[in-house]
Amino acid sequence: MEGVGTATRRLSRVWPGVALIALGFLAGSQRCEAQEPPYFVTYSHAMEEPGNLEIEFKGTQAAPKNDNAFGGGTVEFEYGAKAWWTTEVYLSGQTTANDSTIFTGFRWENRFRPLLQEHWINPVLYFEYENTSADRSFLEIVGNDGVDDLLLRNGQARPDVERELEMKLILSSNAKGWNFSENFITEKNLQTSEPYEFGYAVAASRPLSFRAGARECAFCRENFAAGAEMYGGLGTTDSFGLRATSHYVAPTVGWNIPRGPTIQFSPSFGLNDNSLAVLWRVGVQYEFQQFFSRFRRGGR
Amino acid sequence: MRKAIGLIFLLLGGAALLAGAEVNQDWLKRVPPQERARTNPYTSQADAIAAGGRLFADRCARCHGADLEGAHGKPGLKTDVVRGATDGELFWLLRNGDLRHGMPSWSGLPEPERWEIIAFLKSSR
Repeated sequence: MEGVGTATRRLSRVWPGVALIALGFLAGSQRCEAQEPPYFVTYSHAMEEPGNLEIEFKGTQAAPKNDNAFGGGTVEFEYGAKAWWTTEVYLSGQTTANDSTIFTGFRWENRFRPLLQEHWINPVLYFEYENTSADRSFLEIVGNDGVDDLLLRNGQARPDVERELEMKLILSSNAKGWNFSENFITEKNLQTSEPYEFGYAVAASRPLSFRAGARECAFCRENFAAGAEMYGGLGTTDSFGLRATSHYVAPTVGWNIPRGPTIQFSPSFGLNDNSLAVLWRVGVQYEFQQFFSRFRRGGR
Repeated sequence: MRKAIGLIFLLLGGAALLAGAEVNQDWLKRVPPQERARTNPYTSQADAIAAGGRLFADRCARCHGADLEGAHGKPGLKTDVVRGATDGELFWLLRNGDLRHGMPSWSGLPEPERWEIIAFLKSSR
């Protein structure tokens, strides 16, 4: 039941190693910037530029009422296979106070832009295969996901490996410097006859300045983007609706450090008793432009 | 399980077919007349050109070369097509990209930043 301190100490043992590996990657690379909005759950129609590899760490931390605090970490490898196709692999783990630290599984995601020009609303088709157990990454909320799922100890939850197919219809618009995105989510357990689960995520954001300055500076407004997202479950095919679902609203901010990574931060606030009161999120991402060309002859 | 896997491949294949359905044309031919006629509000402004140069170095140079001559098999920008393109045509290309041929859409950049990039490109001819 105790918590935040213990979970933080456990995380502090793991994260320096992750940071060292990340620094090794960053050494010798050049500045690169993605154009993605600062969302943690919602997807926009921004695709990874072809040939670019983005490595991102997404961390979550929460202290549920009457339960042990936990921290989750996900490392994402996002690659632009084509200008209209982005593929991504996720590796996740979590640590729970008074319990254990475990690897929780992997995901493989593919996103496709079926329309090759920019429109008022731009659809993206999303397909993901998940193989996870005791996952606490909160990358999406579907069905009747809620605080009750967190009551199981890691030893009890880990044998229950979920192999799931997740599909999303992503709709997204860029207008007057703003991005507006809406995601409709469905998830199906491939092993059992469980019903389809549904969820949603909506978000809006904008950069703090629409113009770049002539000089580079770390704290210029052009390097910051802010917005908000809202996400939650919509039940299942057996019980579609808001009953026994959890929902969150989350202001979010991103800072694009010149010649460095992009850092994102977002507190998610639960909107009902089935949600965590507060879920803290932090993200660090770095993009390697034309990643594989570095290994070809003449590449840098 | 088999049905679900079949569904995945069907959907992946469908998406790929849809993506390939658009006619392969020179991007210039696809620019609508009203877009073609747009003018750059920052033409010849020194601060916009400098900002555009920074944006180009950050986002474009890895593929198109810091000297605009192209890199890693991607096209250079010192070509007759780019030189002869109007501001509006280049702006349309930055917004839409040419996804079939590897040029991403930069619609996520605010419009003023896209105009700054074009101001830089035009100043570099």
